[in-house]
Amino acid sequence: MVLVFVENQKGQFKKSAFEAVTYGNKMAALLGTGCEALVFGSSVENPGILGTYGAAKVHHVSDEQLNNFDSQVYATAIAQAAEKIGAGVVVLSHSSTGKSLLGRLAVKLNAGSVAGVNSLPNVEGGFKVRKNVFSGKAIAEYSINSDVKVLSLMGNSLQPEQNGAAAEVTGLSLDLPASKIKVKEVKTIDGEVPLPEAELVVSAGRGMKGPENWGIIEELAKTIGATTACSRPVADTGWRPHHEHVGQTGVAIRPNLYFAIGISGAIQHLAGVNRSKVIVVINKDPEAPFFKAADYGVCADLFDVVPRLTESLKKFKAN
Amino acid sequence: MKLLVCVSKTPETTSKIAFTAENTEFDTNGIQYIMNPYDEWYALVRALEIKEAIGGGSVTIVNVGPASNDTVIRKGLAIGADEAVRVDAEPKSSFFVASQIAAYAKEEGFDMIFLGKETIDYNGSEVGAMLAEMLDLPFISYATQLDIDGNNATIARDIEGGTEVVEVQTPFVISAAKGMAEQRIPNMRGIMMAKRKPLKVVPAVEANDPAVVVSYELPAAKSEVKMIDPENMDELVRLLHEEAKVI
Repeated sequence: MVLVFVENQKGQFKKSAFEAVTYGNKMAALLGTGCEALVFGSSVENPGILGTYGAAKVHHVSDEQLNNFDSQVYATAIAQAAEKIGAGVVVLSHSSTGKSLLGRLAVKLNAGSVAGVNSLPNVEGGFKVRKNVFSGKAIAEYSINSDVKVLSLMGNSLQPEQNGAAAEVTGLSLDLPASKIKVKEVKTIDGEVPLPEAELVVSAGRGMKGPENWGIIEELAKTIGATTACSRPVADTGWRPHHEHVGQTGVAIRPNLYFAIGISGAIQHLAGVNRSKVIVVINKDPEAPFFKAADYGVCADLFDVVPRLTESLKKFKAN
Repeated sequence: MKLLVCVSKTPETTSKIAFTAENTEFDTNGIQYIMNPYDEWYALVRALEIKEAIGGGSVTIVNVGPASNDTVIRKGLAIGADEAVRVDAEPKSSFFVASQIAAYAKEEGFDMIFLGKETIDYNGSEVGAMLAEMLDLPFISYATQLDIDGNNATIARDIEGGTEVVEVQTPFVISAAKGMAEQRIPNMRGIMMAKRKPLKVVPAVEANDPAVVVSYELPAAKSEVKMIDPENMDELVRLLHEEAKVI
């Protein structure tokens, strides 16, 4: 049995949740077994929808205690559920929640674990999965030899596939420990897709010359519904907030489309973004190393070309 | 307060990555090593700031690795840690490293155990969670802010698209992300003092990880960049739509 622990934020599922179920379902098919989902919290809306992504059944633990995240309580609950359900593989999302849980679950279940897998396992004569290492500069293949395995799935590694019917939702009661953590506040920025989940990203660097010039970047991003990002020097000098910093020591991302505007392409920056499916580089320096990592390049003054790109995109969107 | 900071040695951020032994081993040839930036800049510095604010206690560094790691450990002592412990073994995997640190920390009664949010080589982010589980402690990951009042800690942590603020009492394990502290450059006095600070070497305990790397590969080389006429942004949009199919 493949058990997918499906996260929700304030009762809602995000795209990464559907990716995890799709992944679990495809893996179950490879292993010749079934895929079931596990959801926590009293406010989850329509858990049955996970069936349409391939979960044969949804186990819902509705204790209010699970509305707030505590890795100790969550790991205990998932481990108990995995044992009750007889899970051979537990799949998590490689999110802040999943990353806090993976190691705990591995220890609890005496399971081998791999963090941030990006493809389905090779199950011929074993169980091998791949993940990016060295901040995206290489790929490693891991073999897991334990009976129980736990994996976290890197975001945007596959597209969610919806084709089944809604699943039966059954309650599951577990013996939960008291939480030692008190969640005081959860602040989320509404309306913007967080960087690790974004499919389209518009990123800018020192070539912008100053924070007052970011209007053209925001306008471009808004036109296509992209999330904005920046290079490290830009975040370090306070031109942009830290959470926008992508690169080896910032957020590592793999969107479908990455615009790098006025970013030279230092190796540390490339390490965080070189798994993007398509990279467009706009830079006036023809020697900028980023062009070597790009799919499309525009060698021109960004202040001239970005507004015209935005106009072309607006025209495209209008048609 | 007794504070422990777990530090890793990682290839320097500009390192070119290559493999040997038919792509089964990391090629260490010509690689410069550093302390994992998240461990150094955020975890270690915040631990030192807390010790300074309280005006007492100790900051211990623990590392799992061979004797060649001592340079990285000495740097941590130069930045300001009081003492260091090195578990003498190759850090084979997250589970192996967590097991070593847990075996050492179990009897020491640390109030707070710090790590960076992940290492920049294997990017697993697993050691903190494993260690917390082995020691049966709360684990707060991706912390960007930590304030201590007696035994009570208030911690802000990064979550997808936002921030979460939690309260927890010591002891706990915490992983540090950007925002937690500012990098400190060791000064000459620190470097001189570091030479005299205790660095204890302890043997490893047995720990077998059921997940092992069997091979490595480098990402497929990008095909040649297609340069677009700056005067023709309609063409770029057309290619993104029709050829790349991303918009």
